Amino acid sequence: MIKVKQVSKSFGKLEVLHSVSVEIAKGEVVALIGPSGSGKSTLLRCMNLLETPTKGKVYINNKEITSPKTDIMKVRQNVGMVFQHFHLFPHMTVIENMMYAPVKVKNMAKETAYQKATELLKRVGLSEKADVYPSRLSGGQKQRVAIARSLAMEPEIMLFDEPTSALDPEMVKEVLDVIKSLAHTGITMVIVTHEMGFAREVADRVCFLDGGRLVEEASPGEFFAKPKSERLKKFLEKVL
Amino acid sequence: MNLQFGQIAPSLPYILGGLWVTLQFTLLSAFFGFLWGAILSLFKISNIAILKWFGIVYTSVFRGTPLILQLAIIYFATPQLMGYDIPALQAGVIAFALNSAAYISETIRAGILAVDKGQREAAMSLGVPYRRMMLDIIMPQAFKNILPALVNESIALLKESALVSTIGVADLLRRANIVSAQTFLYFEPLLFVGLVYYLLVMSLTWAARGLERRLRVSD
Repeated sequence: MIKVKQVSKSFGKLEVLHSVSVEIAKGEVVALIGPSGSGKSTLLRCMNLLETPTKGKVYINNKEITSPKTDIMKVRQNVGMVFQHFHLFPHMTVIENMMYAPVKVKNMAKETAYQKATELLKRVGLSEKADVYPSRLSGGQKQRVAIARSLAMEPEIMLFDEPTSALDPEMVKEVLDVIKSLAHTGITMVIVTHEMGFAREVADRVCFLDGGRLVEEASPGEFFAKPKSERLKKFLEKVL
Repeated sequence: MNLQFGQIAPSLPYILGGLWVTLQFTLLSAFFGFLWGAILSLFKISNIAILKWFGIVYTSVFRGTPLILQLAIIYFATPQLMGYDIPALQAGVIAFALNSAAYISETIRAGILAVDKGQREAAMSLGVPYRRMMLDIIMPQAFKNILPALVNESIALLKESALVSTIGVADLLRRANIVSAQTFLYFEPLLFVGLVYYLLVMSLTWAARGLERRLRVSD
């Protein structure tokens, strides 16, 4: 489903990713873990080309999205992304946020988009907030709307970039619960997170990045119980 | 001091006839100036070197020379160069719009850059094409932030429209001057049009306040 092949990314002289390769199967849930500055967010952002790799290739559904011939806008319709700081459109109500892209980008009929948005809102437990502006929502509510907004495009892949890092501790759970409910429903998910317990519980595979390299990857059981590299051992000692 | 407003009373309807003329110049110039300014601002933030360069040079020329000079060049030089006898309304609107676009483009550029770059990324990640993103996501947010600056620019345009009196257009100011010449009274007609300009600016200010309040419903 997603294939990252020897991707490097530099910002000026700083190389944040160094020849990283990862393959993610359809329906799989992968957690990216690592210290700050390890390149995990950059790797995630290479998967929908919000960052363009300096070297290497990225494939989605066997299509090379790093090729200049690929219509990246078309690809992105199929790859949802949830950001640390939500990025809801502040001048639109919740329901307008959710209907915008399906109607304007996918040319979905308004009624269909409305129905779909209403269903999704119900799914994330925010039906009563449909006509409210984002400024009236708590962080956890904003993030749930952001997730629902991405889902409204019916993507096959969802990328989560530290979805709970900007939230008050008491709101983390409500967002994680929504993400959990999506896992293993057929949608392919890649999650950059600092929530180890969550990664262990939800992910099929955990990848550890450090210094721009993919140091280790394993199933959560193995990853947390029997880390192989010294670097990961040290990291886990600090965060667990 | 001996003010004789009574003497100019019969001329007041004539002076007020200039109201429509002044408004016509202002509205048309503001409309085209805003449109052209918005396009220029996109040039300035684009990655295409030639467009960027054009935007910068354009602004420096139109900000770097007096408006009255630009107006004179367009009005008097066009017939000489192209043999086209340009009507005063056209010349005025073109000069004002070209000039104010230079200022407005800077304001809009700043407004666009002030919108959180996450908004752009969110739109991109949803597959929204550049044009739609600018029109539906970025510009409305930028517009809200720069509204006070745009009101400033419209007020400036309204008052600068008095420059068309130099190319023979009978706007408010010009009509006041004509009445002065006929009655040998200067203070009264000038004070009167001053008041009219002031009231126009005030109503513009109030309208803008109302608009701003409406835009703030999402706060």
